[in-house]
Amino acid sequence: MADYQKILHRTRSILEGFAKTRMPVQAEEIREDTEIAKDLGLDSLQVMEVVSEIEDAFDITFPVNELFEIRTVRDLVLRIQHILEET
Amino acid sequence: MFKRLLPIAEARASLKSLGVDPFNVVFDGFISPTEASVNGKTVLLAGTNNYLGLTFDPDSIEAACEAIRLSGTGTTGSRMANGTFACHRALETDLAEFFRCKSSIVFSTGFLANLGVIAALIGPDDSVLIDGDCHASIYDGCRMSGGKTIRFRHNDPADLEKRLKRLGRAAQDALVIVEGIYSMLGDRAPLRELVEVTKRFGACLMVDEAHSLGVLGEHGRGLAEETGCEDEVDIRVGTFSKSLGTIGGFCVSRHAEMDLIRYASRAYIFTASPSPATMASVRVALKKLAEGSALRERLWENARSLYQGLRNMGFSLGPEPTPVIAVIMPSREKTIFAWKALLDRGVYVNLVLPPATPGGVSLLRCSVSAAHTPDQIGLMLDAFASLGDLVRQ
Repeated sequence: MADYQKILHRTRSILEGFAKTRMPVQAEEIREDTEIAKDLGLDSLQVMEVVSEIEDAFDITFPVNELFEIRTVRDLVLRIQHILEET
Repeated sequence: MFKRLLPIAEARASLKSLGVDPFNVVFDGFISPTEASVNGKTVLLAGTNNYLGLTFDPDSIEAACEAIRLSGTGTTGSRMANGTFACHRALETDLAEFFRCKSSIVFSTGFLANLGVIAALIGPDDSVLIDGDCHASIYDGCRMSGGKTIRFRHNDPADLEKRLKRLGRAAQDALVIVEGIYSMLGDRAPLRELVEVTKRFGACLMVDEAHSLGVLGEHGRGLAEETGCEDEVDIRVGTFSKSLGTIGGFCVSRHAEMDLIRYASRAYIFTASPSPATMASVRVALKKLAEGSALRERLWENARSLYQGLRNMGFSLGPEPTPVIAVIMPSREKTIFAWKALLDRGVYVNLVLPPATPGGVSLLRCSVSAAHTPDQIGLMLDAFASLGDLVRQ
């Protein structure tokens, strides 16, 4: 069973990496209900860059077409957890 | 219903407040492949992808006029419903001969070629791996296909390898898509290395030669020809709207089975086929492209001259000199300001802003033509020089 809290911690640190240079919010404001596009101000290409980082961090395949179903940080973490459990 | 459009309205208003409307420039008339009239003033065209300058080729124009007289102005429907015109079949034969391929299909635009090919080949259980800088039509084709779309880092064969490896056995059925010359920064794909990685995993490789057809290779067949990879690339797509000076798209392949995608491709079945005039002018332009080593030489002289000149002035540019020359600007505002200043000086380039650009950069994108004279390249350089230190990084 992939640990939700561990995945959340790693995912937040990846998003915080983007926050330093590109986001209109402070890194500490990234919560589970934070909306990736709306609250973090990431455009479609930047979100895909986040996905590339996530793939490498967890050594998984995360198809970008699955992004259409993901709105919040929680959605993202749950999707990563699901992929890890399937792998 | 229209609230999703509000951010666009705001962005448009902010541009208007700066006194520019860069995405609605109206050309009142054309003087030549390299000059047009905007608000009654002559403007030098340095952003039109007219690489070989064939838009006013007299033989292509004559062929188009003759085709209209013989076959009418349009086809009024798709080839599936209204039938194939002889000119469609003739162009497909020409393309197959030119590319030395077994199958060839003509689409109504380059965008539709990508939608049609990718969505017909890839199903929900398949994986498609695309270079991160691929054109929107490739992204949209992947989305339409319903397959698993995996993005690899731009021009990075090692990153592609890592992602193919993660797929395990599924990599054998995967499709890898790259471009010959990337439309924004003008850089080539490292095709030989990408071929090696793709083939080692047993995957298929598709190259979009939209900006490299007529530009690269001894005979102008694109990056696959230039790198000696034509026998290993499985599918090539491209457009008639750049070097060939018209509009339309194509897919050619060394696999005869590819001809079957015309029966499975919604972008082919459910849209009107290209007009006789378009087919006729493309056929003539393709002959000129095939014979066009002198045109290519002029094009490359111009590209190197503009690239070197801009570099000497201290501008930050794309990674290599090709006919697509991107000036990387320090900020969005300065890019808009500089774009307007260039137009006021009589030079039209493309303003490209994020998210349409890689890495979130703002660009002044130039495209060079064989039809540009050395004096015109000089005028472009003078216009950029007049921008001053304000826009240099």
